[in-house]
Formats: sequence, C-alpha cells, structure tokens
Amino acid sequence: MNLVFYLLAALTMAGGLAAMLLKNTVHCALALTVAFAGLAMLYLDLDAQFAGFAQLLIYVGAVAILVVFAILLTKGSETPKDGVFSRTWLAGLAVAAAVFAVLAWSILQSVSRLSQAAQAPTVTVQQIGMALISRYVLPLEIVAVLLTVALIGAVIVAMHEKEGGAQ
Amino acid sequence: MTTLAGFLLVAALLFSIGLAGALTRRNAILVLIGIELMLNAANLNLIAFWRYGPHPEALTGMMFAIFSIAVAAAEAAVGLGLVISIHRHAHTTDLDLMNRMKG
Repeated sequence: MNLVFYLLAALTMAGGLAAMLLKNTVHCALALTVAFAGLAMLYLDLDAQFAGFAQLLIYVGAVAILVVFAILLTKGSETPKDGVFSRTWLAGLAVAAAVFAVLAWSILQSVSRLSQAAQAPTVTVQQIGMALISRYVLPLEIVAVLLTVALIGAVIVAMHEKEGGAQ
Repeated sequence: MTTLAGFLLVAALLFSIGLAGALTRRNAILVLIGIELMLNAANLNLIAFWRYGPHPEALTGMMFAIFSIAVAAAEAAVGLGLVISIHRHAHTTDLDLMNRMKG
C-alpha cells in the first residue's frame, strides 16, 4: 500500500460520489469520467497495462461521450423541481450500506488468507493477443457478434419512428 | 492490511456507491451511470485477483475483465438507446413517473 494507491483510490471514490450526488446531470457525467480515469490508473497500478488503456479508450473515450449525448438528447440537464432523489431514497441507501457492510466484513475476515504481494507479472500485449486468438477465440468472436448486434439494436431502438403519431 | 485487501475494499466501496445511486436517483441516465460504476467495481476485483492470484501468467482474470468491459459497452449503448426512446414516448426520464408499460 503506497501513496499512489491512496491517491488513486481517493480520486476514484470522489469521482464516483460526485457522479451520484451532484444535481446537474452534465456535471454527473463529467464526474463519472473522472471515476473512469481513476479506475484506469488503478489498473495501471495493478500492472494491467492493456486493461488500463482499454478502460481509457472504451470508458473515458466512448461511454462517457455516449452518456453526455444521451443527457443532451433527453434534456436531462434540467434539474427537476422535486429533487433528484426518489421518494424511497432512504431504503436504497440502507440497502447499499448493508451490501457494503457485508462486503467489507468478508474482506476483512479473509485478510489473513489473501496472498501477500506477488511478483509483478510481466505480460506483453503480444501474449494477450496470442491468448485472444488461441484459447479465448470463441469468446472473442461471441463478443464481436454481441457488440454488432447491440449497437445495431441500440440505433434501431433510439431511431425515430416514421409511422404513427410519434413525430 | 495487504494490498489486495485494499483494492477489494476500494472495489466494494465503489460498488456500494453505484448501488446507492442506482437505487436512489430519479433520472434514468443516472441509474445507468450507477450500474456502470458497479460493473467497473467488479472489473477492479477481477484485475486485483488476477494480479495477486496464484497464476497471473494464465491471464484468466485479465481476459475476463477485458470481455466484461466489452459487454458493458454494449450494455451502455442499448441502455442509453432505450432511455432516449422512452423520452421520445413519455417526454420524461424520471423513473418515478414511468409507471406504465403501455406506450
């Protein structure tokens, strides 16, 4: 546990908390970007360079932009008059706190059994590529089909309907 | 406390923040953002266990995280498309006001 870890953890937590607590939805999306970037740096801290840069490209690059577009297309940046939290916010908060309590308790209980700092693995992008086209080739193809289907489906779902009264 | 436990605690806290947001926010897009945070917390767990697990050279946890990132991207695209579609029909993204399945 070093200073870098604490700084990155604090940055990620602050980004996540701001994304969930701010009133303006556009500010929430920007805070979400900070949280995603902090997570990418945590991956780099864990010697997972490929996953870290994939996180940067996909989340900070694509998903954050997609969220901003959705907010602007739905006029979601206007703060509603009757608050940003639902009527049952207390129950939701209690559920989340209970989940965190259970997770933290189980982690702290098993601290003695968790392995100590292992040797940093040296994984090159070439190894990852070889694994992707040998052992993990079937999941890779399935993910390719899934992404194609999901993106076409998303466009069709969000597309204007020509017939009927819907504009 | 070991480094692995620190990463697991960070992931647990991030998951709880995302869960709290998904359960309490009224805006559907913010609920999706909460779900994204929960998915990312799970990815952090996968990579932390890969790094401190017994066989990091097998790449299992890393691959799981990469595929999880890809599936989460598909989920975000479909979810936001649905929110835009609902907004076109109901002219709101407030989940407390979405109480009809008929369009």
